[in-house]
Amino acid sequence: MTKHPVSLKVNGDEHDLLIEPRKTLLAVLRDTIGLTGTKEGCSTGDCGACTVIVDGKAVTSCMVLGVTASGKEITTIEGLASDGELHPIQQAFIDTGGYQCGFCTPGFIMASKALVDENPDRTEEEFRFALGGNICRCTGYTKILEAVLQAAEEIRTSS
Amino acid sequence: MKSFEFFEPTTLAEASNLFAQEHAQLLAGGTDLVIGMKAYTETPESVISLEKIPGLSGITTNDDNSITIGAMTKVRDVELSNDIQQYHTALAEGASEIGSIQIRNLATIGGNIAHASPAADTVAGLLVADAQVDIASADGERSVPINELFTGPGQTVLKSGEIITQFRLPNPASGSHYIKHKIREVMDLAFIGVASAVNVQNGVIEDARIGLAAVAPTPIRATEAENLLKGKTPTPELLQQAGEAAAAATSPISDLRCSAEHRKEMVDVLTRRTLQIALDRV
Repeated sequence: MTKHPVSLKVNGDEHDLLIEPRKTLLAVLRDTIGLTGTKEGCSTGDCGACTVIVDGKAVTSCMVLGVTASGKEITTIEGLASDGELHPIQQAFIDTGGYQCGFCTPGFIMASKALVDENPDRTEEEFRFALGGNICRCTGYTKILEAVLQAAEEIRTSS
Repeated sequence: MKSFEFFEPTTLAEASNLFAQEHAQLLAGGTDLVIGMKAYTETPESVISLEKIPGLSGITTNDDNSITIGAMTKVRDVELSNDIQQYHTALAEGASEIGSIQIRNLATIGGNIAHASPAADTVAGLLVADAQVDIASADGERSVPINELFTGPGQTVLKSGEIITQFRLPNPASGSHYIKHKIREVMDLAFIGVASAVNVQNGVIEDARIGLAAVAPTPIRATEAENLLKGKTPTPELLQQAGEAAAAATSPISDLRCSAEHRKEMVDVLTRRTLQIALDRV
């Protein structure tokens, strides 16, 4: 089958690739570009482990064909820290212990980042509901929610 | 996933010609198609993305408060639209019930409808909005009322090469409400979905529309229940009669989600409940 030229901007870096249309964005990020921070969980969009931010919106990258991401700006977990400084959300997950095995963590952090960027004034209940698309099989939800609330608070007060 | 050829046409005519060929599938948000291709329940030889065709996305409110929603509009944008929240609350609520935010950022209203699941969360809201479905193909354009679009589970009146382009919502309701009967708050499919919309003048129900999902081979309007309500002053007894009439209009199946008996019973309950909330919102 015909491969397609695709130009992806991932964490600010341009990648000009030739990819098969059946490759998901998740597979392109992990296998072609080598950014393995984004995880493949259920592969059916139910667990949120593969969440990345495309043009400012959190999406499950397992449901996106890589060819359709051409020309779009993609942020993965690897793109959050800058100049060796962790993003406040990453730091909050460390401070509160918002992770156990860590497999769901990149997805939770990317979903949380999009939520906080969109509106850091959400209530605890609203954050809980808005993170419903991310599953932690270690059931570390209490600490994850604490982390998100801490990061939201920090972003509210710093802006 | 089986290999396929990928196309990104920039005109509807081009897309329609490609789609009219055998083993072709349209790609909108991909949240159904990509998962289906991974599971090999969908094995298209060509996949035609609608994303590069201009004019298929966006929500427009006209002077008479009628609303046009492009088929490629993300369900997240339907959910968050102020005008849809105000004039077609049930539709905004239905959109907010789909999957997760990550999925709603991908999924489109056109895809949710064209997939023709009897349990689609935007369908009951579109039914009670009396939505017109605009359809284009290389041969021309036509329009179908949403309640005549579906012919069975996964089946529509769409012919080879026909593409849904937009939904026109002519009829703002005074109040409407959608309830999705489900187990999980998010990431669940509807056991049943019920939407009610009412137009009230001087305390009298001028018009009532009830849309039901996942209780028949296709989404349906509960016409007899609607007729019971028209011209009447709302009372608990009237809503009870409407609930019973709505339940009588269904032909649900038993499946892994719940039994047919439970579905029928809950249509009665949720019709009354959605009507009451729609009336409260007038």
